[in-house]
Amino acid sequence: MSATSPLTVTAARRVRRRVVDGAEPRRPWTFWVLATLFAGYVLALYGPMLCIYVLSFQDIRGGLVFPMKGLSVHWFIDLFTQVRTGDVKGGFERSIVLAIVVTILTVVGSFLAGLAFRQRFKGDGVVFYLMIGSLVAPGLVLGIGVGLLFQYFGLEASWFTSALGAHLSWTLPFGVLVMFAVMSRFDRAWEEAARDLGATRWQIIWLVVVPILAPGLLAVALFGFTLSYDEFSRTLQTSGPLNTLPLEIWAMTLNVTSPSLYALGTVTTLASFLIIGICLGGIVWIQKRRATRISVH
Amino acid sequence: MTAGTTDTLSADGPSNRSSAEAASSKTTASSSGPSGGMAWLYVSPLVLVLVPFFIAPIFVVLVASFLEHDGFGGMLPHFTLANYAGVFSADLTWRLYLSTVKFAALTWAGTLVLGFWIAYFLVFHVRNQLLAIGLFLLCTVPFWTSNIIRMISWIPLLGKNGLVNSILLSTGVIHQPLEFLLFSDFAVVVAYVHQLTIFMIVPIFNAMSRIDKRTVEAALDAGASRLEIMRYIVVPLSKNGIALGSIFVLSIVMGDFFVVKVMSGGGSASIVSALFEDIAVLQYPPAAANAVILLIVVVTMIALILRTVDVRKEIAR
Repeated sequence: MSATSPLTVTAARRVRRRVVDGAEPRRPWTFWVLATLFAGYVLALYGPMLCIYVLSFQDIRGGLVFPMKGLSVHWFIDLFTQVRTGDVKGGFERSIVLAIVVTILTVVGSFLAGLAFRQRFKGDGVVFYLMIGSLVAPGLVLGIGVGLLFQYFGLEASWFTSALGAHLSWTLPFGVLVMFAVMSRFDRAWEEAARDLGATRWQIIWLVVVPILAPGLLAVALFGFTLSYDEFSRTLQTSGPLNTLPLEIWAMTLNVTSPSLYALGTVTTLASFLIIGICLGGIVWIQKRRATRISVH
Repeated sequence: MTAGTTDTLSADGPSNRSSAEAASSKTTASSSGPSGGMAWLYVSPLVLVLVPFFIAPIFVVLVASFLEHDGFGGMLPHFTLANYAGVFSADLTWRLYLSTVKFAALTWAGTLVLGFWIAYFLVFHVRNQLLAIGLFLLCTVPFWTSNIIRMISWIPLLGKNGLVNSILLSTGVIHQPLEFLLFSDFAVVVAYVHQLTIFMIVPIFNAMSRIDKRTVEAALDAGASRLEIMRYIVVPLSKNGIALGSIFVLSIVMGDFFVVKVMSGGGSASIVSALFEDIAVLQYPPAAANAVILLIVVVTMIALILRTVDVRKEIAR
C-alpha cells in the first residue's frame, strides 16, 4: 500500500460517493433499458393470450381477428354443443381425469425417488441419466415406440393405459428434478431427531418428512398436473381411439376457423389458472400456518 | 489497508463455511443414510415407469428401424439397412436437419439473450426481494397454461388482418400488410421464443440468486467496472444455469413438430414433422430409422452440454 495506485484512488472515491449518497444510489441507465425489456417481455407473454380471451366473447358474426364483433357467449355454447368442433366435452373430462391420476402417481414417485437420491447408491448414475434421457427424448418418438410396443403385445392403446405411461415418462423425471431442489433445503437433523425419539421408518416419513416437505410436494403436483393436462406429442400415438383435450385442440387448429377455438382457449386457461391458484394458495396457506404456529409457541 | 484486509476476510468467510458445511453433510449422509437396498426400493416406482415407457419404446423403435416394410403398415421380420440408406441418401433429410438446426439456433439465441437479461434484471436491479419473486412468478404463470393455446394466440396479432398489421397500416408506417408475420419462419421463431424463454429464466435466475452480493461489492471496491463485473463474476457464475436452460430449449425445439406445422402454415418442416408424415401413412421402419438418427443427434448435443455442468449437483445445491 506504499504507492497509491490509480485503482485504489478510484475505489476510495467510489466508497466515498456511496457513503455520501446514502443507501439508495442513483439507478444506472442499464436499469431503465432492462426494465423496458422486462415490461416488453411480460406484455408479449400475456398480451396475445388476453387478445384471444377477449375475442372469444364475440357474437355470431365474430371472426378470428380484431375488431371485436358484438358481445356474447355464443362461441362457448357452440363449443360444447356442436358436433363439428369434435368431442370437446369428452376430451376435457378425459384430460382432467388423466391429469389427476398422473399427478398422484408423480407426487408419490418423485417423493420416493427424491428420498433415494439423497445419497449415492449403486447404479444411481444409471437411473439419473435414464431420467434425463426420458426428459429430453422427442415426445413423438417415444409415443411411436409405446404405440408399437402395445401393438406387438396385442394390447389396445388407450388414454388410461399407454397414454398414462407416456405421460409419466415425462412428468416423473420432471417431478424428481423439482424434488432435488426441494430436498436440498431439507435438514436431515429433523429425521435424526425423530429416529432418536424412537420413530419407525414409516413414522419418520409420514409424520416428519412429508409435513415438512408439503409445499414442495404441492409444487411437484402443480408440475405433474399441468404437464400432463397440456401434453400433446407423447399422447398423439398413445391415446387410442378417444382423444384428450390437447388432441382435440390440435384437430380444431387444423379445421375450425371460428372463435370456438378461442373459446376453448379461454376455458382451458381458466382450468389451468384454477389449478395454479389452488396449488400456490395451498403453499402460501401452509407457510402462513407455520409462521403463526412458530410465533405462538 | 485495514479495509482491504477485512474485505478479504469477509469474502473468504462464506466460502470456507460452505465447504465445511458440505463436508459435514457428506459425512452425515454416508453414516445415517438408508442402505443401497432401501434406496432402490424408493427409486423403484421411477424405474418401473422408465423401463416400460422409455427403455422399451426406444428399443422397439431401434428394432423397427432395421426391419423391412410391406408399404401397407406391416413390418416383415427381415434385417435390412435399407431404411438407413434411404434416410442418408435423401436430399430431404439434409434439408430437414438444416431447417431444424436453424430453428434451434435462432430460438436458443433468442431465449438466451432474453432469459439472461431478464434474470439479471430481477436479481441485480430489483432491490425489493419480495417484488423480485413476485415478478419472477409473473413470468412463470403462463408456463402452466396450454402451450397450444399460447401459440394460437399469436394469430389475431400477426395475421394479415391482425393487430400488428392494422396498427402499422393506420399509422402509415407501411402501406401493404406485412405477409411474413404469420405462417412463416419468423412466426415459428416467435412462437418458440415465446414458449421457451421461461426455461432459460428459471435456471439462470436460480444461479444468479446464489451469487454472493458481497463478491460484487468487493469487485466494485477494488475498482472493477460494471463490464468487468459482468465478464468475470456474473457470466462465469451463471454458466451452469445457462447450460441447464440450453438443454431444455434445444431438446424441446429438436423434438417439436407442432409449432413448426401450425406457425409456418405448412411452409416449413422439421425432422419430427417429417417423421409424423411418415407415421400418418404407416411407414414405420423409415420413420424409425429417422427417429434413431434424431435421437443420436439430440443425445450427443445434450451430452456435450452435460460435459460442462454437473446437472445433479447444480439442481440439488
